[in-house]
Amino acid sequence: MKPRLAPRQNLPAHLLAGLLLALVIAPLLAIGWRGTGISLGAADWAAVRFSATQAVLSAVFSTLLAVPVARALARRQFPGRGALITLMGAPFLLPAVVAVLGLLAVFGRGGMLNQALTALDLPPVSIYGLHGVVLAHVFLNLPLATRMILQGWLSIPAERIRLAQSLGFPPRETFRHLEAPMLREVLPGVALVILVICLTSFAVVLTLGGGPSATTIELAIYQAVRFEFDLARAAGLAGVQLVLGGLAALAAWGLTRPAGFGAGLDRPLRLDAPPGWRRALDVLALILTGLFLALPLLAVLMRGLPGLADLPASVLPAAARSVGVALVSAVLATAAALALALSAARRPGLWVETAATLPLATSGLVLGTGLFLLIRPFAPPMTLALPVTVLVNLALSLPYLYRILLPEARALHQDYGRLADSLDLRGWPRLRWLVLPRLARPLGFGAGIAAALSMGDLGVIALFAGERQATLPLVVSQLTGAYRMEAAAAAALILVALSFALFWAFDAGGRRAAA
Amino acid sequence: MLQLDRLTFTQPGFRLTADWQAEPGSLIAIMGPSGAGKSTLLSMIAGFLPPTSGRVLWQGADLAPVPPGQRPMTILFQDQNLFPHLTVAENTGLGLRPDLRLSDADRARVGQALARVGLAGLEERRPAQLSGGQASRAALARALLRARPILMLDEPFAALGPALRAEMLALVREVAQETGALVLMVTHDPEDARALGGSLAFVTDGVVHPPVATGMLLSNPPPEVLEYLGRK
Repeated sequence: MKPRLAPRQNLPAHLLAGLLLALVIAPLLAIGWRGTGISLGAADWAAVRFSATQAVLSAVFSTLLAVPVARALARRQFPGRGALITLMGAPFLLPAVVAVLGLLAVFGRGGMLNQALTALDLPPVSIYGLHGVVLAHVFLNLPLATRMILQGWLSIPAERIRLAQSLGFPPRETFRHLEAPMLREVLPGVALVILVICLTSFAVVLTLGGGPSATTIELAIYQAVRFEFDLARAAGLAGVQLVLGGLAALAAWGLTRPAGFGAGLDRPLRLDAPPGWRRALDVLALILTGLFLALPLLAVLMRGLPGLADLPASVLPAAARSVGVALVSAVLATAAALALALSAARRPGLWVETAATLPLATSGLVLGTGLFLLIRPFAPPMTLALPVTVLVNLALSLPYLYRILLPEARALHQDYGRLADSLDLRGWPRLRWLVLPRLARPLGFGAGIAAALSMGDLGVIALFAGERQATLPLVVSQLTGAYRMEAAAAAALILVALSFALFWAFDAGGRRAAA
Repeated sequence: MLQLDRLTFTQPGFRLTADWQAEPGSLIAIMGPSGAGKSTLLSMIAGFLPPTSGRVLWQGADLAPVPPGQRPMTILFQDQNLFPHLTVAENTGLGLRPDLRLSDADRARVGQALARVGLAGLEERRPAQLSGGQASRAALARALLRARPILMLDEPFAALGPALRAEMLALVREVAQETGALVLMVTHDPEDARALGGSLAFVTDGVVHPPVATGMLLSNPPPEVLEYLGRK
């Protein structure tokens, strides 16, 4: 007799996986069909080169600059250390348009830096171009890199630290025998993750890049669809982006462990905290990083607060649309990720695994272009801007949610799967009485991340939206592009507040439900 | 009648077969060295583990297509018999209705079952607020409500002290008597087998031997049982 399968539980998950695969693959097929045989011009290859250059530089700088910061956090104790580590998680949820706005306020034409330079009779600097794009990517990814590297520091086994201490290692030897091997292991993964993020970054390049010398593939796709209406070229570019980003993303996915949000950042045994100039260096690293991260945000706050009283009329409807899109995509993505994770916990399968991982290989604009091609024969794409945004956000946040939920679903299955089976607890009662209460915390956290990311995302919506479909990040970006900085900052404040409020509401809701 | 029809499970380096039957209402202890396959046998009967070959039949019907929750049996595990986020009453109520839509009459029955096992007044507690013995009692109360014709226990009281264990075994006997259930209890302790009474199925060399009256087997043990017991 053959082992029986458990078809009842797996069939819906497999159907769902099929739908998700279709959602990712159908646009790719449309791109392939439309984009093959397109010869890309010199400008397109320049975009490919610029994409790669800025991503590599951003990854290298973010990673290297994060090393001293992570080390300072790993070996120093000071009041507010925990809060600082928590705050380092925040830029992950910070909408990129807001970060750009803050950097403009500090490094832009009329920003603090140039005012200071002018006062000193020095020539002003420009933030536009390659260095501006890299600066913004470092701003957005330095905290992520710091947290990932800090994890590495904290994962050095206590036994080895004890051994080093008992042998009286000076800092140099500690570095050679404990820290350097850890960094060799951790840094490539960190750099690769950031490389992938920067390859598909759109909002930053939209504002700080542009022109023949600073256009990425994503931006070139956007321009081809939006301004030249050259869909064939957009499809060709999307194909290139897919190959480039897809390979890097899958490599990073295989190579790295999750960054670890929140918990487990303290341990009983700490590395020695050497005094003297090393102490001064640690302090300096922390202060400079703090200023680098805080100043742009403070600038947005200061510019935006007065503008709150006099918001452009487009802001509130856009905010409502954004919240709607964020809520719907967060709920759908969380539900889908949960179904896939539960199925995979019960019975690992390639089909489900692929559906949950494949979206990583794409980007918002790639999927967007494909969906644009698919929709256009049937309806004006603009009318479907918001549903398409929901779908794309769903697909893009799914891998992260799946990764958050899978270990929890596995533990649940391990601990209570048989008990629930033996009590005939299945379907809705199983969800209601077992899964939702036990997984409330990661579900809330994951939905919060998905909602905040979706709230702040500027990608596919820029391809599709007209005046009446604009989301809040698009409005912020448009106001920034029109140099209406006060209005942009005010709208950005609302955007940040809503993003974090959504994250907090889901996360706190999950924690309360779990308690 | 429970029928194990040349029931076999094999995997590299491991083989287990059982080919015997048991009448409703019998009390059977399953004893043997660790790793012999006692729990594997229960897992196959409960439907968690598909057998490599052979069948499990209840009253002549093959149970192969029946999912674990719909088989005519209740199983008590070594631990984790209660969901930690549900109250004692809810955990027990799952035995009546998995969707926990309990009527007033249902709730009254839950209360009675809890009182029956000595947990009156603890309805609203969470498992974390119970002692090990109390948690076992709650699981037995649920078994009472489920009233399935087979009650399987997989070393259920291994974590309890000897006195408490004897008490729980007595309770198992009472529950079995009230529901008329056939009891299959995995244990590694001959004292438990004796306390349960009934018969004993010894597991050795990949075979679950047909059950034999416990007193007889233990007072006049064949060599492999003697070796297990460690008496010379």
